[in-house]
Amino acid sequence: MEKFEKHSGLVVPLDRHNVDTDAIIPKQFLKSIKRSGFGPHLFDEWRYHDHGEPGMDNSLRKKNPDFVLNHPRYEGANILLARHNFGCGSSREHAVWALLDHGIRVILAPSFADIFSNNCFKNGVLPIVLDEDIIDRLFTDVEATHGYQMTIDLPAQQIHLHEGEVLSFEVDPFRKDCHIRGLDDIGLTLEHAAEIRGFEEKHRQTAPWLFDKTS
Amino acid sequence: MSNKTLYDKLWDSHLVREDEHGTGLIYIDRHLIHEVTSPQAFEGLRMAGRKPWRIDSILAVPDHNVPTTRRDEGITDPISRIQVETLDQNCAELGITEFLMNDPRQGIVHVIGPEQGATLPGMTVVCGDSHTSTHGAFGALAFGIGTSDVEHVLATQCLMMKKSSNFAVLVEGQLAPGVSAKDVVLAIIGEIGTAGGTGCSIEFSGSAMRGLSMEGRMTVCNMAIEAGARAGMVAVDDTTINYLANRPYAPAAELWDRAVASWAQLHSDPDAVFDRTVVLDAATLEPQVTWGTSPEMVLPVGGVIPDPDKEPDSIKREGIRKALTYMDLQPGMAITDIRPDHVFIGSCTNARIEDLRAAAGAVRGRKVADSIKQALVVPGSGLVKRQAESEGLDEIFKTAGFEWREPGCSMCLAMNADRLEPGDRCASTSNRNFEGRQGQGGRTHLVSPAMAAAAAVTGHFSDIRKEQD
Repeated sequence: MEKFEKHSGLVVPLDRHNVDTDAIIPKQFLKSIKRSGFGPHLFDEWRYHDHGEPGMDNSLRKKNPDFVLNHPRYEGANILLARHNFGCGSSREHAVWALLDHGIRVILAPSFADIFSNNCFKNGVLPIVLDEDIIDRLFTDVEATHGYQMTIDLPAQQIHLHEGEVLSFEVDPFRKDCHIRGLDDIGLTLEHAAEIRGFEEKHRQTAPWLFDKTS
Repeated sequence: MSNKTLYDKLWDSHLVREDEHGTGLIYIDRHLIHEVTSPQAFEGLRMAGRKPWRIDSILAVPDHNVPTTRRDEGITDPISRIQVETLDQNCAELGITEFLMNDPRQGIVHVIGPEQGATLPGMTVVCGDSHTSTHGAFGALAFGIGTSDVEHVLATQCLMMKKSSNFAVLVEGQLAPGVSAKDVVLAIIGEIGTAGGTGCSIEFSGSAMRGLSMEGRMTVCNMAIEAGARAGMVAVDDTTINYLANRPYAPAAELWDRAVASWAQLHSDPDAVFDRTVVLDAATLEPQVTWGTSPEMVLPVGGVIPDPDKEPDSIKREGIRKALTYMDLQPGMAITDIRPDHVFIGSCTNARIEDLRAAAGAVRGRKVADSIKQALVVPGSGLVKRQAESEGLDEIFKTAGFEWREPGCSMCLAMNADRLEPGDRCASTSNRNFEGRQGQGGRTHLVSPAMAAAAAVTGHFSDIRKEQD
């Protein structure tokens, strides 16, 4: 996972409640056995008027000019401003891979779906929860200001807004540490391998029927 | 005196360690795998030179990409075929038990786990699929995970996670005939919203829940994720134990007796404290129909389409407008005037034998309406299909004009060839009515199996309680 300390960039507002992972990356793109290449199909059904399929040349497709990611003023945005319950639905990590591949490293929203939020932390994407009234104000400001940029300082847990104001945010200390150091959490867990084995042995004694039934 | 919830008990009995910030390391008993969310995990494992921790905890099956017709011809879509072949190769190479596409036990991962007895009370069950919450019906802690966590469980048999809050949903009283588990869970989602369970594990209880079969409990737990809860669960009782007896992967003989004795603990203590409780009166519940593009956009069958102008919250108002435009519905229209042109009976929510019996009951002796372009029945597994055929249900469906298919996820998410075309409107027993879920531009109305079957024969939504009079 890529290290995450400070991140600055242009903010794109996606003004919709309950954006689901089917919308973020439609099912036909989940057939890939790779982790990369999903970015061109991020929000495919909203970005394009025609039906997208894997391997298509997107430059030949008709874009939906009304969709916010297609507005020229938001080209190159790498911070997504979103609404309530972002990333709900399917557990597909491909949704995070698509956002990351498109360049999104930070998502700000009043709430995230649990599995999506977890998937973000596994991939160096930072989901930041802010109060609904702050998110409301950011939507107003971002839409009113061309080239609205902000900087996220993870070690300090601060967001430096376009006009200089500084906001703080909460983040789980373990997640924060993994993000800043770019840690592989499988490696971290395996540091406790002996403890896991010890637990497993006790568990086998208590509930032997949970073992050795599918091999 | 213990005052633990069922979730507390499951958490505590699987907690390997906890760090100073309260992040727990949770041991996983059963890892279910399918072809869509596992290839990158196996690849990651291989690249790091790691091996699976406990092969016998894993059960794999292809379900999302498999065709529901002409299995003998294999998978014609080359990309889908590669994905299924990749699962087959990974399982063969590592010695993982897999039910291959043409195995009679193949089916939707959340149907076959319980059917095989591979899901047991007191287990932790994970799968790279959000509908893993289904297995909580057995008094298990079951939840969906992303691909990185699939790799994490393969490598360590554990997951790092924070404990969630305890949410009790009580459904008390008697359901009216024709009102099913699907209607119960849709009504719950309508009540608490699609984010109502975020950060929570929901325990479903109350006399109406206890009165449901295991199939019904699975339907309810399956859609806990549609209320935002990663896990849904129901306490163990005789219904649970009777369902599991003599299943292939369930314990036998002396071990069965020991297991059953231990499962008696798997309920919330009388003094258990929940962070939140919601109570529903089963007697007042009607059959439910979703009208929008989120499962919380749901109404009783007697309802009318809402008017966005009457919604005070501007974001919600815009959400309703967008949904009505996408669904091509007008405010004030009666739900019973909605005319689907497709019917899909299937999915991990509603493709078990009881679901097919309920649907067949509403179809028997009738014909699919002329206005229906396609009516599909996709059993949840090969064994469900066989059971249905032995009861003659396939003949009821086929005589009425339904197509009787091979098992898989099918049109629930349309990764295989079964999908809606733009503008198609479907009465579906699946779990998500998101834009494009069943095919780009397709319009989904979520309903129970009996309601979907009734829509197929009448050509519009109708109150199954009246149909059955």
